[in-house]
Amino acid sequence: MTAPVQEPAADGAAQFCDQCGAPAAEPGHERCAARRTLEPPRFCPQCARRMVVQVDPFGWTARCSRHGETHS
Amino acid sequence: MSISTTTLSDRPGDPGRSDILAVAREQVLERGEGLTREQVLEVLQLPDESLDDLLALAHDVRMRWCGPEVEVEGIISLKTGGCPEDCHFCSQSGLFASPVRSAWLDVPMLVEAAKQTAKTGATEFCIVAAVRGPDERLMGQVAAGVAAIKDAVDINVACSLGMLTPDQVTRLAEMGVHRYNHNLETARSYFPNVVTTHTWEERWETLRLVREAGMEVCCGGIVGMGETLEQRAEFAAQLAELTPDEVPLNFLNPRPGTPFGDLEQMSGPDALRTVAAYRLAMPRTVLRFAGGREITLGDLGARQGLLGGINAVIVGNYLTTLGRPAEADIDLLGELQMPIKALNETL
Repeated sequence: MTAPVQEPAADGAAQFCDQCGAPAAEPGHERCAARRTLEPPRFCPQCARRMVVQVDPFGWTARCSRHGETHS
Repeated sequence: MSISTTTLSDRPGDPGRSDILAVAREQVLERGEGLTREQVLEVLQLPDESLDDLLALAHDVRMRWCGPEVEVEGIISLKTGGCPEDCHFCSQSGLFASPVRSAWLDVPMLVEAAKQTAKTGATEFCIVAAVRGPDERLMGQVAAGVAAIKDAVDINVACSLGMLTPDQVTRLAEMGVHRYNHNLETARSYFPNVVTTHTWEERWETLRLVREAGMEVCCGGIVGMGETLEQRAEFAAQLAELTPDEVPLNFLNPRPGTPFGDLEQMSGPDALRTVAAYRLAMPRTVLRFAGGREITLGDLGARQGLLGGINAVIVGNYLTTLGRPAEADIDLLGELQMPIKALNETL
């Protein structure tokens, strides 16, 4: 399921899908896009590592061991 | 169990099946006696053309036996992921290739979540952990969390920590946990298709202990996991036999990486029929809209459910997935002129 871990692009752009961890440029992310409205991110968009995600009643935080924390 | 007095054909969708609505009106609405398993099955087999009438009846039953108040609750995951059990619907099982990683919440974050929940008008805050049952570390964290919440927030605290020993039940009651959630999840006959690492009977035993200790019993499940309509009716009857104070009703949200990840979502009409049928089986219980309603029923589902037997909602997010904005549900309650149940009514 997890895509090979890669270093982020020099410009910081998302390289990986935050829902499935596959390269964002690959086709087939329609389900991921639909899912995103009711799902927090699961994979770091910069390196595809699985993130530690905490959902609370009104938001979420997601932490990548390499790239730090993001939140809603 | 009594047998339905209606004369029915075996063909789903037969207009004759709407007779069950007349029976339910007299039996449930007028006398407050829940439908039997066989009668619930008849309701679940009603055609789509009868759905509006069914929902209207379920709403009347809810208003008659429960009143217009709606109980609002927030839930939080204290310990996420890494569960040793194999509940096939759950992304938090450590046995499946789910993207959900283990996480623990600290007490200050727990208290902050309870404060934010209370601001919505909610009277219930449920602390949940993905475990088979609590170990000493978790019991300690729960004790600290419950005490800190009670010091800081005026809200009822509930817990859902898996299967309990008698000693753990006693300790939770002493902490002031007023309600304990432990879902039977599905019909007894279908349970082995959903979970193999423990039994339906083990769950029932925890529920028995919870009731004995004087805590309120919260027990529901998930529909749309591949069970038959007969099993959905069986589950309603088994819940009714338990007489829980609250029944949270979830609709399967197929999680990536789980054994049920590729199941089809149940249809909106099936979900609403289930809501109404469970209300008619349990006219006095708190019937709570829980997970999966957003994807199964969409934005309209909240309104249809609240006008079809539901009298409680989980606001905001769920344990690992996101819900509708809490304000959307609170605004809807105002629009429907359904007051949020006040704290002093639940104590």
